[in-house]
Amino acid sequence: MTDTPTPQSGVAQDVPSAPRVPVSSFVSNLREYGLILALIAIMVFFQLTTGTLFKPVNLSNLVQQNSFIIVMALGMLLVIVAGHIDLSVGSVAGFIGALAAMMMVIWPLGGFFGNPLVVSIICLIIGGAIGAAQGYWIAYHRIPSFIVTLGGMLVFRGLCQGLLGGGSSVGPLPDGFKQLSSGFLPDLIGPLTLVEPIVNAAGKTIVGSGIVLHMTTIVLGIIGVLAYVISGISSRRTRESRGYQAEPFGLFLVKTLVISALALFFVYQFAVYRGFPIVLVVMGILVAIFVFITRHTTIGRRVYAMGGNIKAAQLSGIKTERLTLLVFINMGVLSALGGLIIAARLGQAVPAAGLGSELDVIAAVFIGGASAMGGVGQVISTVVGGFIMGVMNNGMSIMGVNVDWQQVVKGLVLLGAVIFDVYNKNKG
Amino acid sequence: MSSYILEMHDITKTFPGVKALSNVNLKVEEGEIHAICGENGAGKSTLMKVLSGVYPAGDYDGKIIYRGQECHFRGIHDSEEKGIVIIHQELALVPMLSIAENIFLGNEHAKFGVIDWDANETRTRELLKKVGLSEDPKTLITNIGTGKQQLVEIAKALSKEVELLILDEPTASLSEKDSQALLDLLLEFKRQGITSIIISHKLNEINRVADHVTVIRDGRTIETLDRSQISEDRIITSMVGRSLEDRYPPREPKIGDVFFEVKNWSVYHPLHADRQVIKNINLNVRKGEVVGIAGLMGAGRTEFAMSLFGRTYGRKITGEVFLKGKPIDVSTVGKAADRGLAYVTEDRKVFGLNLIDDIKNNITIANLKGVSALGVIDDLKELDVANDYRRKTNIRSPSVFQKTGNLSGGNQQKVVLSKWLFADPEVLILDEPTRGIDVGAKYEIYTIIARLAAEGKAIIVISSEMPELLGISDRIYVMNEGGIVGEMAASEASQEKIMRAIVRGEGKVA
Repeated sequence: MTDTPTPQSGVAQDVPSAPRVPVSSFVSNLREYGLILALIAIMVFFQLTTGTLFKPVNLSNLVQQNSFIIVMALGMLLVIVAGHIDLSVGSVAGFIGALAAMMMVIWPLGGFFGNPLVVSIICLIIGGAIGAAQGYWIAYHRIPSFIVTLGGMLVFRGLCQGLLGGGSSVGPLPDGFKQLSSGFLPDLIGPLTLVEPIVNAAGKTIVGSGIVLHMTTIVLGIIGVLAYVISGISSRRTRESRGYQAEPFGLFLVKTLVISALALFFVYQFAVYRGFPIVLVVMGILVAIFVFITRHTTIGRRVYAMGGNIKAAQLSGIKTERLTLLVFINMGVLSALGGLIIAARLGQAVPAAGLGSELDVIAAVFIGGASAMGGVGQVISTVVGGFIMGVMNNGMSIMGVNVDWQQVVKGLVLLGAVIFDVYNKNKG
Repeated sequence: MSSYILEMHDITKTFPGVKALSNVNLKVEEGEIHAICGENGAGKSTLMKVLSGVYPAGDYDGKIIYRGQECHFRGIHDSEEKGIVIIHQELALVPMLSIAENIFLGNEHAKFGVIDWDANETRTRELLKKVGLSEDPKTLITNIGTGKQQLVEIAKALSKEVELLILDEPTASLSEKDSQALLDLLLEFKRQGITSIIISHKLNEINRVADHVTVIRDGRTIETLDRSQISEDRIITSMVGRSLEDRYPPREPKIGDVFFEVKNWSVYHPLHADRQVIKNINLNVRKGEVVGIAGLMGAGRTEFAMSLFGRTYGRKITGEVFLKGKPIDVSTVGKAADRGLAYVTEDRKVFGLNLIDDIKNNITIANLKGVSALGVIDDLKELDVANDYRRKTNIRSPSVFQKTGNLSGGNQQKVVLSKWLFADPEVLILDEPTRGIDVGAKYEIYTIIARLAAEGKAIIVISSEMPELLGISDRIYVMNEGGIVGEMAASEASQEKIMRAIVRGEGKVA
């Protein structure tokens, strides 16, 4: 600290020589890798027992059934990292789905305001307003989020049912709108036939025979994987050029190869069916945005700091009230998007839409390793946590496991994941 | 037959990757006050955790012999049964329960689970009398000060028929007056035959009460001194492993014009609107000057500093703040920090650090603008900054990715300091910058303060340790009951003068 020798200078020599190795990046990622391995193990288990999990059509179903959970889990991750909870997301999603259906089907808005895209945007804005309304009390009046959103859960479920006029459902929704959940990316490049499908005597092709690739999906997939590999290499280079040691090359190589291979495998599976589902693309873009926000932006860093120690954050000049409000607005927007995805998948708005989904969303975040105390949690882990829940739902349904037992198993997996985490933390 | 009540032989305790204690020996005589000294991280607390059974038998190597019997404690219950009671640095009282409820928590006078409140209260009164605390047993813990809470802890220990009382830095957060009272109480216990082990950083206190001092360094016993050998210099020498000619770094103050000025600063209590906490304070700091604020616990020094720094304390705040002669707006932390103010808190764990995050993220959090563009953080620049400050302030850790919660007190303090140094302030308010940290780390903090002053920053140091204030400041303000009751150049100041200003000023401030 000073150049002048002090009587303490001997103390400084006790310091282990400072390695400029970002050790933690690997250690903190270990858990993430473990989680991915767990997901793969579960998938392989269901593949072996059911034989259908990895089938292209089922993978598309899997994504379409679970994307709304993952979309909402992205918002929930920030809420939980900030040290709060949001119990209202299922009800808000149901309410927004009902609202969208009313706007498109019942109310004579027509023209511009009847356009599914415009309706969706209006719904997202209303979702943000709902988030702001709840966040306001939490941020500026310090009402515990558990209570505010418990209230919101009741209010918006009630409004959802009221809007739909009691127990009835509203539909059918326009086809354009349903594309959000059931649509696939159009093949702009055109299909590539590897193996001609078999045509039967009646002149119809037999479903599942032959291999026809959705080339847009293939090209996008390859571009994505290349971008991942190149950015990995270039970040290694800058790290090294600045004198920091990057992770060991062998590890980097294995990691990159395994992830790229897995990604290409799934790309291929989607391509032989009907290409990427639109909702997968939406989800993928959102995941990328949230990874960036949480890892590389000041606002993301501040949310973690606030969740870790709100008093220290305030004394460091972080405007914690505003930040809390923003986190809940974000949650509101994503709940609304979740609601739109649910409605689009069902093709209609039903009073029970999204009922209980807040629990799946929260479970995904905690399986992903977030801390209930705030300050800890990762986007990728949350997504993996969401897929673990999704694959179990899907796999157990295919196996014919009773819905009651599915709940029991999911509950035990959640408990097990968190116990595993806590146990590891205490040991380390 | 030895007169030792406790012998610990060759205690070795390893954590994954770290040898916290290696062959530590400790012998405590019946009825004495035995002090344990050592730098932070030397292993004192670990040793006491081994003794009290927090680390159960089998988790460590070595022998514990208590009253001639080898003991294998499997938990705190086992050791308490034998009359060994430990009072931790962080008090373990439940704030919203009463004194009586806390004293008998888990140990209530009860029949079939139904509590006999009269018996509890009567017994509590007796215990409180023994420790010299005149409070109603029904008073809630949250309504009494830290000093009194400490006494409640001791009363609780007495309720368990304590024979060996262990106090981990009992006076760390006490005022001079309360500390003295506590030490007197220990001496009184000694007369009654209770043996005490006291862990302390305050060498003058050890000097006053201890019969023996055992010094621990780097997980090893260095030596045990008896009464005739105890001197501050001797203890410091064996604590740091070499002699310390000077406890404060030499400094050539270069003091310029008035740089920072506070005028007519008044603050009211955040909850009791009619209680004025800070009474019309006027104060100034010159460029390159280190100004100390002395005072007893509860004098309002922290409240003053926090109200100044973005109104983080109190309400109905009035007064003006000037920097280089111009009034500045310090109404939020953001504004205060932008204008060049920094406040390094007295309570680093509660107000200073995100303990679950690493050193790097803690250092940059108050000045993320400095490592980002358009809200996007430049990872490598941030890493450079963190490593730079880690070196500058000599934070001892394997890397900047170490969680701050795993650092010793001294290193945590350096992280908090680094955070504010990186914010590049012109005026630094350091609140108890060396509380609970060891002699070596203290010297390092003093050196940083001296360097900052030499760079032309204006520095305010709040401290309850008068020798420290006298050692590092150029000028000292004395605060009492929310007002300033004295101002003196450090060269003319002495502990007596400061105390006299406090006593004379008692009740005088309007």
